[in-house]
Amino acid sequence: MRGRWRGPSSHVDGVTVGGVLDPHAPDAPYDSAWHRRKLDYRLVNPANRRRFKVIVVGTGLAGAGAAAALGELGYQVESFTFHDAPRRAHSVAAQGGINAAREDTADNDSLQRFVTDTVKGGDFRGREVDAFRLAEESMRVVDHLNAIGAPFAREYGGTLATRSFGGVQVSRTFYARGQTGQQLQVASAQALQRQVHAGTVTLRVRHEMLDLIMDGDRVGGVVMRNLISGDITAHTAHAVVLATGGYGNIFFHSTLAKNSNASAIWRAAQHGAHFASPSFIQFHPTALPISSQWQSKTILMSESLRNDGRVWVPTRPGDQRPANDIPETERDYYLERKYPAFGNLTPRDVASRAATEQIRSGHGVGPLCNGVYLDFRDAIARLGRHTIAERYGNLFHMYTNATGEDPYEVPMRIAPGAHFTMGGLWSDYDLMTSLPGLFVGGECGWGYHGANRLGANSLLSACVDGWFTLPHTVANYLAPHLGTEPLADDSPQVRAALSRTRARADALLAIGGTHGPGHFHRLLGAILYEGCGVIRSRETLEHAIGRIRELRAEFWRDLRVVGTGLHLNQELELAGRVADYLELAELMCVDALDREESCGAHFRAEHQRDGEATRDDKRWAFASAWQVGTDGGFIRHHEPLHFDTVPLTTRDYR
Amino acid sequence: MKLVMDVWRQAAPGEAGHYETHEVDDATPEMSLLELLDRLNFALVENDREPVAFESDCREGICGACGITVDGIPHGPQQNTPSCHQRLASFHDGQRIRLEPLRSAAYPVIRDLVVDRSALDRIIVAGGHVAVPGGSAPDADALLVSHERAEQALDMAACIGCGACVAACPNGAAHLFVGSKLAHLSLLPTGRQERGKRARAMLNEMEQDFGPCSLYGECAKVCPANIPLTAIAAVNKEGLRSFFRHKDD
Repeated sequence: MRGRWRGPSSHVDGVTVGGVLDPHAPDAPYDSAWHRRKLDYRLVNPANRRRFKVIVVGTGLAGAGAAAALGELGYQVESFTFHDAPRRAHSVAAQGGINAAREDTADNDSLQRFVTDTVKGGDFRGREVDAFRLAEESMRVVDHLNAIGAPFAREYGGTLATRSFGGVQVSRTFYARGQTGQQLQVASAQALQRQVHAGTVTLRVRHEMLDLIMDGDRVGGVVMRNLISGDITAHTAHAVVLATGGYGNIFFHSTLAKNSNASAIWRAAQHGAHFASPSFIQFHPTALPISSQWQSKTILMSESLRNDGRVWVPTRPGDQRPANDIPETERDYYLERKYPAFGNLTPRDVASRAATEQIRSGHGVGPLCNGVYLDFRDAIARLGRHTIAERYGNLFHMYTNATGEDPYEVPMRIAPGAHFTMGGLWSDYDLMTSLPGLFVGGECGWGYHGANRLGANSLLSACVDGWFTLPHTVANYLAPHLGTEPLADDSPQVRAALSRTRARADALLAIGGTHGPGHFHRLLGAILYEGCGVIRSRETLEHAIGRIRELRAEFWRDLRVVGTGLHLNQELELAGRVADYLELAELMCVDALDREESCGAHFRAEHQRDGEATRDDKRWAFASAWQVGTDGGFIRHHEPLHFDTVPLTTRDYR
Repeated sequence: MKLVMDVWRQAAPGEAGHYETHEVDDATPEMSLLELLDRLNFALVENDREPVAFESDCREGICGACGITVDGIPHGPQQNTPSCHQRLASFHDGQRIRLEPLRSAAYPVIRDLVVDRSALDRIIVAGGHVAVPGGSAPDADALLVSHERAEQALDMAACIGCGACVAACPNGAAHLFVGSKLAHLSLLPTGRQERGKRARAMLNEMEQDFGPCSLYGECAKVCPANIPLTAIAAVNKEGLRSFFRHKDD
């Protein structure tokens, strides 16, 4: 099948069907795949490592981990972040925890169960063999982060405490209150700073990547803009690692940080890097509903709240009574009713869809009727206020601050918000993209999470990529290049990349229109929520594509960037990011329109039975990896997905 | 509601700055301070005027990027709350407020409300880390940490690195920031191995840019992570301990 099969033809205008991609993955059995692959990797002699330069873009869990690990090994590392400090990368905001599979627990967890949960949770659209690597390295990650300073929650006996998360029936999530991401991020950023101190890593803060430098068909460096001085500079290396995070911020209202963006990976896509499953976007079921015009984001409340909170809506549509006045008999605990086996802990895509259905059918609560309740009344009665405060204190505090309501007294109001992007740059098993020398780590890649990510698997995948995968795979790539030098600063490739980047910045500054980039970003977000949101259909997607093209034309006609490129100019930064979003948005919709099935977070209204998603494994058991065509169209390549240990089944959380 | 703002404008480091007065008349009490600035900037850009530069990222109170001085108080009037979570409900309709960058000799102004806090990171580079290379860590369950100790370490590790403690201190001291880091790492088994060496390195670096502590306690009032004032005791405790023991651990 491999090599000949071309996947279904596409009915979408402008889409051509391309070739079959080879993931370069080890053969089955998968449970020994990572072990065998590591033995196959080439090594670089410790004395030779300093002769290689590696650029790492981003200092989140994946980027800080990769840069610190490569630095520790002795490579010359240049690490970039657009923040003023590496600790601020958005991994810091993850709340709930990090999964790790332990074989020795009383609740019967194992590596295989982890893989089964991850593959099944991802609705069979991820790469199974990658999930094995995730499982296998998971305990080592927890051990390492614990050792470098992350204070994990502990049982009274002193061992690590765990809790359970959505889509899983064991308790494998390690945590530090509701601020696990912060603790892991701070520990990793410190590890990175240790290498700065040791001189192996050169850290450049307040630098944003604007382009790649190509050396033939290989990647030879990056172009950066110093956000303070405006200087645009070239940095060359033997290999480049992108760890630049996800693109959920394309929706404007999202749980992401305001500066998170897709520009680094979209610039790579412009050079031919394939972009996998762009439409696989997770809507987090426990975000805060939008309540006013100038609200800048949908604040995230950790999924761990669903361990003890019960989700409900009034049985009568349009019931405006305060929550506590609604008697028990008039409350619909719809997740517990529809999915008794998993109850409030169904996976995120299922919970978000169910909430969207309740809101659309008139059961939504709150002033704008755009949320559902998450109620802790029963948990407080059962466990006491003290225990609840210890588990979720900071989240309750955050909620009270944002809404003025006290979740100890009245139920929280939550709603789905754009969150994690399972899609990203396509890479092979070794995390190398389709451009030789360009690697990805963390959320800007793809692979582990299929069409839906399980809670607490994102911190894990970022850490596994950064600390325990890229150091091996990058070395394997570098080994045969010993003795070569990176591109010289005055080489034609570098000069071409610099002038291209400067021309683009000048073009944005020269439009001289009437609206700032934020205006277009808001409009784009509204188009995407409507057209490519929790529930999509051919009609909404086709409409969205038309509107995105119009908006893009308007952007390039009517954008106004106040100021110049020679100082800190946040409008110019945003303009570049929105310009890229306006292109990526179209590809997201094209991917969603092309894929004629429902899987995970990709729910096409046309493909459902009794309200549950229907996957089409006969035609669509592959990952779409898109190449940007030269004519404005897109080429869809395929990676067929084979499942060795987890039989293809319909997900059923009932 | 209507708010009148006197906003600090400064084009570049070292240049003279000035206050500029602006009004927003369609603010609402549930908006955050940063959303008020979003609203103002939207209007400024529509009128082809330079928007006010300010830093923010997660807007969930955890990244530490934001920090605006409101009427002289770092982050704003609500105690222990970052700028992104300061709600306009703290102000009354028609109120006039003054918005400035975080003020400290250690934080040069870059532009408008954006300052350079890299002096804090230099302290972390000097010693705020644990020397365990990737792959060599012992089993986390073999290193028992009592529940209470883990919670204490987390209380200290909660610091978001916003730097408001320094801006609040009349002396420009960074003791809350440095003390919380020293305490956090000293409470954990792996962090204890280089406890003395770390204290010396971090305190040496701290003295380059920051002032002494006179126990005013202003820092703990503004700290968005609720780092307790006891954290500053760790500076003297760890400093004296390393001075008298003269050992790395």
